Amino acid sequence: MARGQSKREFVGRSLLGRAKGHGAARSGVGHWWMQRLTALGLIPLVVYCLVSFLTLADAELGTARDWLAAPFHAVMMLLLVAVGFYHGALGLQVVIEDYIAHETRRILLLAAMKMLMTAAAALALFSVLRVAFGAGG
Amino acid sequence: MAQLTLPQNSRISKGKIHPSPKNAVRPKMFSIYRWSPDDDANPRMDSYTLDLDDCGPMVLDALIKIKGEQDAGLTFRRSCREGICGSCSMNIDGTNTLACLKPISEVKGEVKITPLPHLPVVKDLVPDLSHVYAQLQTIEPWLKADTPPPENEERRQSIAEREELDGMWECVLCFSCSTACPSYWWNGDKYLGPAVLLQAYRWIVDSRDESTGARLDALEDPFRLYRCHTIMNCTKTCPKGLNPGKAIAKIKKMQLERH
Repeated sequence: MARGQSKREFVGRSLLGRAKGHGAARSGVGHWWMQRLTALGLIPLVVYCLVSFLTLADAELGTARDWLAAPFHAVMMLLLVAVGFYHGALGLQVVIEDYIAHETRRILLLAAMKMLMTAAAALALFSVLRVAFGAGG
Repeated sequence: MAQLTLPQNSRISKGKIHPSPKNAVRPKMFSIYRWSPDDDANPRMDSYTLDLDDCGPMVLDALIKIKGEQDAGLTFRRSCREGICGSCSMNIDGTNTLACLKPISEVKGEVKITPLPHLPVVKDLVPDLSHVYAQLQTIEPWLKADTPPPENEERRQSIAEREELDGMWECVLCFSCSTACPSYWWNGDKYLGPAVLLQAYRWIVDSRDESTGARLDALEDPFRLYRCHTIMNCTKTCPKGLNPGKAIAKIKKMQLERH
C-alpha cells in the first residue's frame, strides 16, 4: 500500500489468518535447484556452440549442414535447445511471479508462457533433427 | 493496469519550514515526512533546523529535540535509545536504519527522514507493522520439543551448538531489512521477508528444537521463501550488522539437502 493512504481499513479476517494465507505450497526447491543446474550446464553448451558458429560463419551451406549432421554436434545442439528453453521458462516463471500480483492473471500468463516455450523448444529441436537426419532439401 | 505514478492522495508536497534557532553555531537542517490520518491533507516534508552544538549526536536525539522544542505533534516510535529495542527504525538519508544508532555527522547536507518504505503509515514516521508481526507469528518463534527438559535443569547446549545462534539472537526486529527488500515490496503479502526468515532459521538451527522438519515444510513455498533473489539489500542495511541473506541461503541449502 502506498504511503499516506491507510486509514486502517477494517478487515474481517484476522491478521494471522491473512499472513498464513493458503499455507505453504510444499514446492519450490525443485524449481530453485533446476534453475541453478541448468545455468551451470548452459555455460559449456553456450561456449561450445558460440565457438562453433564463429568458425562456421564463412562456411558453405553444405559444410554447415554436414557439421550439424555429425552426431556429437547434433547432440550438443539438441542439449543447448532443451536446456536453454527449460532454463528460460524457469526464469520467466520467476519474473511473472514477481510482478503479476493478480492471481488469475498470473496463472493464465504462466500457462501461456509454458505452452509457448514448449512449442518454441519443439520447433527448434525438430529443426536440428531434420538437418541432422538429412531430410528435406 | 499497471500504476506508474503515486495515487493523487499519496503525492508528497513541500511542508512547513520551521524557523532556525537564534544564534545557531552549527545549524543543521532536518527534512521530515509528515502525514496524519486526522485530516485529508497529502503527506508533506517539513523542515526543521537545529544547532548541532546544542543537540546530542544521534538522529534520534535530533528528533526528540524537535518534538520537545519545536513541534510537539511530530510522531515517531522510540524507547531504549541504544539499539536494543528496535523501535526507532526509519529511513534516514535514503537508508533504513535505527535513528538511535545513526550519527547525524554521517549525513552530508540536510537530513531527510521518512518512514520505513512500503508499509502503510499510521502517522508521520510510524508505520503499520501488524502484517509483519503476524508473519513472524506464522513461523512460531519459540522452542518446540516433545522431549521434556531434564528435571530441575535447563536444556543443555554445547558451546558449538550455542554458537550456531550467533548472528541471529542479536536481531531486534526493527524490520529495516524486510522493508529494504524489493521482493518484499512487491510480494510482502506472502513473501516472509529477511527479518522473519532470519528468525525462522534461528529456530531451525537451534539444537534444542525438535520441529526442524515441520519448520522447513512451512517455508517450502515459491512465495514464502523463494522470492528471495539474493538482492542483499537486507544485509547492507541491517543496523546491527547481521546477515539475513546468509540465513536465507542456509534455509535454501537445508531444503535442498532433504529434496
